[in-house]
Amino acid sequence: MSDATLDSKGGAGPAVADDPKRRAAFDARVAAEGKVEPRDWMPEQYRKTLIRQISQHAHSEYVGMLPEGNWVTRAPTLRRKAVLLAKIQDEAGHALYLYGAAETMGVSRAEMLDALHEGKAKYSSIFNYPTLTWADVAAIGWLVDGAAIVNQVALQRCSYGPYARAMVRICKEESFHQRQGYEAMMALAQGSPDQKKMAQDSLNRWWWPSLMMFGPSDRDSPHSAQNMAWKIKRESNDDLRQRFVDMTVPQADYLGLTMPDPDLKWNEERGHYDFGEIDWDEFWRVVKGNGVCNRERLQARRDAHDKGAWVREAAVAHAEKRAARSLAQAAE
Amino acid sequence: MNQDQHVDYLLRLGDNALILGHRLSEWCGHAPILEEDIALTNVALDLIGQARMLLTQAGAVEGKGRDEDALAFGRDVLDWRNVLLVEQPNGDFADTIARQFLFDIWNHQVFSTLLGSTDAELAAIAAKAVKEIAYHKRHSSEWLIRLGDGTEESRARMIRALDVHWGFVEELFTPDAVDQAAFEAGIGPDLAALRPEWDAAVAAVLDEAGLERPEVGWAVHGGKTDGHHSEHLGFILAELQFMQRAYPGLAW
Ligand SMILES: [Fe+2]
Ligand SMILES: [Fe+2]
Repeated sequence: MSDATLDSKGGAGPAVADDPKRRAAFDARVAAEGKVEPRDWMPEQYRKTLIRQISQHAHSEYVGMLPEGNWVTRAPTLRRKAVLLAKIQDEAGHALYLYGAAETMGVSRAEMLDALHEGKAKYSSIFNYPTLTWADVAAIGWLVDGAAIVNQVALQRCSYGPYARAMVRICKEESFHQRQGYEAMMALAQGSPDQKKMAQDSLNRWWWPSLMMFGPSDRDSPHSAQNMAWKIKRESNDDLRQRFVDMTVPQADYLGLTMPDPDLKWNEERGHYDFGEIDWDEFWRVVKGNGVCNRERLQARRDAHDKGAWVREAAVAHAEKRAARSLAQAAE
Repeated sequence: MNQDQHVDYLLRLGDNALILGHRLSEWCGHAPILEEDIALTNVALDLIGQARMLLTQAGAVEGKGRDEDALAFGRDVLDWRNVLLVEQPNGDFADTIARQFLFDIWNHQVFSTLLGSTDAELAAIAAKAVKEIAYHKRHSSEWLIRLGDGTEESRARMIRALDVHWGFVEELFTPDAVDQAAFEAGIGPDLAALRPEWDAAVAAVLDEAGLERPEVGWAVHGGKTDGHHSEHLGFILAELQFMQRAYPGLAW
């Protein structure tokens, strides 16, 4: 996503001012596919952009636990319950690696979480849609994780080493997420009329928001050129979106479900599916806070954080007492 | 031990694991710190995995064609055999840790004994489960120590949480006819005999946490023997069983 405003506190980086010589060397190295590591000099704008992007990505994994978590206690079989829990646990793990990757750029997890809680940092807007039926859990795995994979596979080649490496690890798990979602959707699509209805309804509601996950159209994406040159972004929003559409339409066909887009059709000449215009008004509406669940999602994160404050304080206090005791013991 | 008692005994173990796993899964996404979202989910996953094996075995011994899902989603309150402790609400993090700690120490003793059960299938399940439960015990003990020996606030909350849960401990160690039959058949442990070791293990952790053993004047029973539960179980089942009740007989 390209819509957050988290600024780097700029503490930990080895260099402060941009100087043209170093900048030229940096640009040349990145152009030659060299990886940037935490201790390397980097332009301040590069650092800022990556902190914003990685922290947003981390927040998305974290907030993304909520819509699926909404069904953990109601999963229809014990096997589905276990698979769903394992999947959400993976997302928590992704958040953890990503906060770690962002921390290598000199911003702390506490600062990033404050920015989230104050509404200064964004997370993926897809998680502001409600999970109304069990089919929505299947649709999230199939479509949302499916879209995330397309994005994240491209990011495995990101110029920032820690982020690229986190993506390699994460992508392996995302493909399990996508498969379990598709498989759960298959059970519904082959099931009773009630199950088919819930499957189709969830596809109707999640298809367009999934396409929006790739961000604004290239026409309206101002940061793209510099980010492409720095290899923070490897492919354009529209190219990634097209890849997702091409990959997903045959899967929907196989399920026997109907895509909620009358303009969707194979274009022999282009070798791609053509698809209808995304409702960008809706996209911006939800990004700006007017989705059904924006307030609830953020409040759930704030509540967990606030209610957990005494626990985190206790853990710190205990660790300090322990350290003091072992120091005293060593002195004896 | 007759077949009904054997099934009942397996249901106790399976129901304990499933209900506690379900409770822990309610934390998913709401834990005090991201690392605990992961750790509590880990414990929940272990318990649900154990429940699936135990309920499957209960269904097999019963021989009426009920699988894990039929048992999990098809029984109402009176037919659940878990102890009252595990169905208590999550409360704050100290409540969750108190409930887990008191249970884990007992559960580890029980499953250690089950390694030698004459029910070979149960012994095999125990071999896998006991390693997981050893981790659960370590996790809850470490938190109990952190909270007891953390801040004034965490200490006060931990003391209160132990008081709230202490009265559910007696049920764990009070054998009824089914427990007795399981013991005599070499299937399960002599519950009463486990108590001194439990007391010592709990005392050691409380001591490290700088906490006293709670003195409470109440103790309640009923879940495992008669299905006479607290009011909480009905609401757990309302969520747990919602899909199977709303859409019976379908494959998911
Ligand atoms: Fe993820
Ligand atoms: Fe995922």
